Amino acid sequence: MRKAFDQLVVIEGMDLEIAAGEFVAILGPSGCGKSTLLRMIARLAEPTVGHISIQPEERFQTAFVFQDAHLLPWRTVLDNAALPLELMGVAREARYSAARAALEQVSLFEAEDRYPAQLSGGMKMRVSLARALVTQPRLLLLDEPFAALDEITRFRLDTQLRELWQTRGITVIFVTHSISEATFLANRAVVLQKRGGGIKLDRRLDLPVDRNDELRVDPRLAREMRALLSAMEEE
Amino acid sequence: MRRLRSAIPALIPLVVVTAAAELAVRYGLVKSYLVPAPSSVLRAMIESRVELLGALLTTSTSALVGFLLSTVAGIAIAVFLSSSRAIQRAFYPYAVFFQTVPIIAIAPLLVIWFGYGMRTVVASAFVVSIFPVIANTLSGILSTEPALRDLFRLYGASTPVTLWKLRFPAALPQILTGLRVASGLAVIGAIVGEFIGGQGLGSVVDVARTQQRVDKVFAAVLLASVLGLALFGLINLVSYVTLRRWHQSEQA
Repeated sequence: MRKAFDQLVVIEGMDLEIAAGEFVAILGPSGCGKSTLLRMIARLAEPTVGHISIQPEERFQTAFVFQDAHLLPWRTVLDNAALPLELMGVAREARYSAARAALEQVSLFEAEDRYPAQLSGGMKMRVSLARALVTQPRLLLLDEPFAALDEITRFRLDTQLRELWQTRGITVIFVTHSISEATFLANRAVVLQKRGGGIKLDRRLDLPVDRNDELRVDPRLAREMRALLSAMEEE
Repeated sequence: MRRLRSAIPALIPLVVVTAAAELAVRYGLVKSYLVPAPSSVLRAMIESRVELLGALLTTSTSALVGFLLSTVAGIAIAVFLSSSRAIQRAFYPYAVFFQTVPIIAIAPLLVIWFGYGMRTVVASAFVVSIFPVIANTLSGILSTEPALRDLFRLYGASTPVTLWKLRFPAALPQILTGLRVASGLAVIGAIVGEFIGGQGLGSVVDVARTQQRVDKVFAAVLLASVLGLALFGLINLVSYVTLRRWHQSEQA
């Protein structure tokens, strides 16, 4: 598969297969096409040459979490979380109860009537996650979602995301430039080459299924991080 | 109380300038047929109160109708222009042209088209106030964040739904900025229209001028400013009510 914007080739000769239920982290230098790849998987952009095929049952059940929370500031937390269902034409009662359930899943309680301007960065990101989960997606795409948050909040959201993946059995593709975050979260890490390239490293991470903050200082995590780091460094 | 106290700095220049004008005229530093003493402006206001209030009502109606027309038409035109780049290229230059038309020069033309009276005045208010509505609404609609557009696309939102639920509310702060500018222009347009169309405060100013009644000219001008301020205040109120929960421009 290949993707170019006019003369600028962003991705060249990429061949990647992701099975249902995987948790894949995609890493690479800035401008390597990570976000573009994600947008193409979400069908928000088309490859220039080649194609992306998605299991039909997952195609209409894709959710996307952006770099920033990107909430609608004129809507309350509840109305933001319910937005995807509203756009899909789901009835009011059903979409509010689904939105409340999704907010609960990201441990946001008693904030449903607040407006985004009244929330902290971490809470906004939680609402954004709830909005993605509200449609019960089979495929969750995240584009550096926690990059702007402080580290403690980020650790907490990492753990929550991992738990969601475990309990729901969904497929997660997580784009990040943080090696430690990728290692902590994913079962498989894909390192992309710099602009105009393909895949440099595709590695299964040999780490336990259950992950908590203990793992962040575990030598096994360090070993995996070293492998990814050396792949990213050699140019 | 806090609000009242914050208004004091703005009142000081008013009091000082009014007092200075009064004294300057009384002691003959300024000829009263050029600048009237504030007290005689007040007297003129009281003497001609029936005529002035009637004129104010007429001008207010015309300005308000013209302003509402440019709000509705301006937003509709901006939505139309935002629908494609080609349409924008084809029509936006004409919207800009509208702004550069000197209203004083075309007001006589409006009389020919619409006759003497309110229709000409409304048309004049409309012509001068529509452009800021178009320009601000258009730029607001076009500057919707790409990520949010992606989000709406992902869930299959149609173009009208995206316009109504995303682009329009996102553009609201900018639309209100356009309306603030337009409200002042609508009053100016109405007065200019009245100079030629012959009614309201514009006509009072014109007639009083030929009678050398500078005090009455000032009284009418003052009322026209009050009208402009009232319209401006109205937009601010609408802006506060609609934006206070989510937009930083209305948050303390």
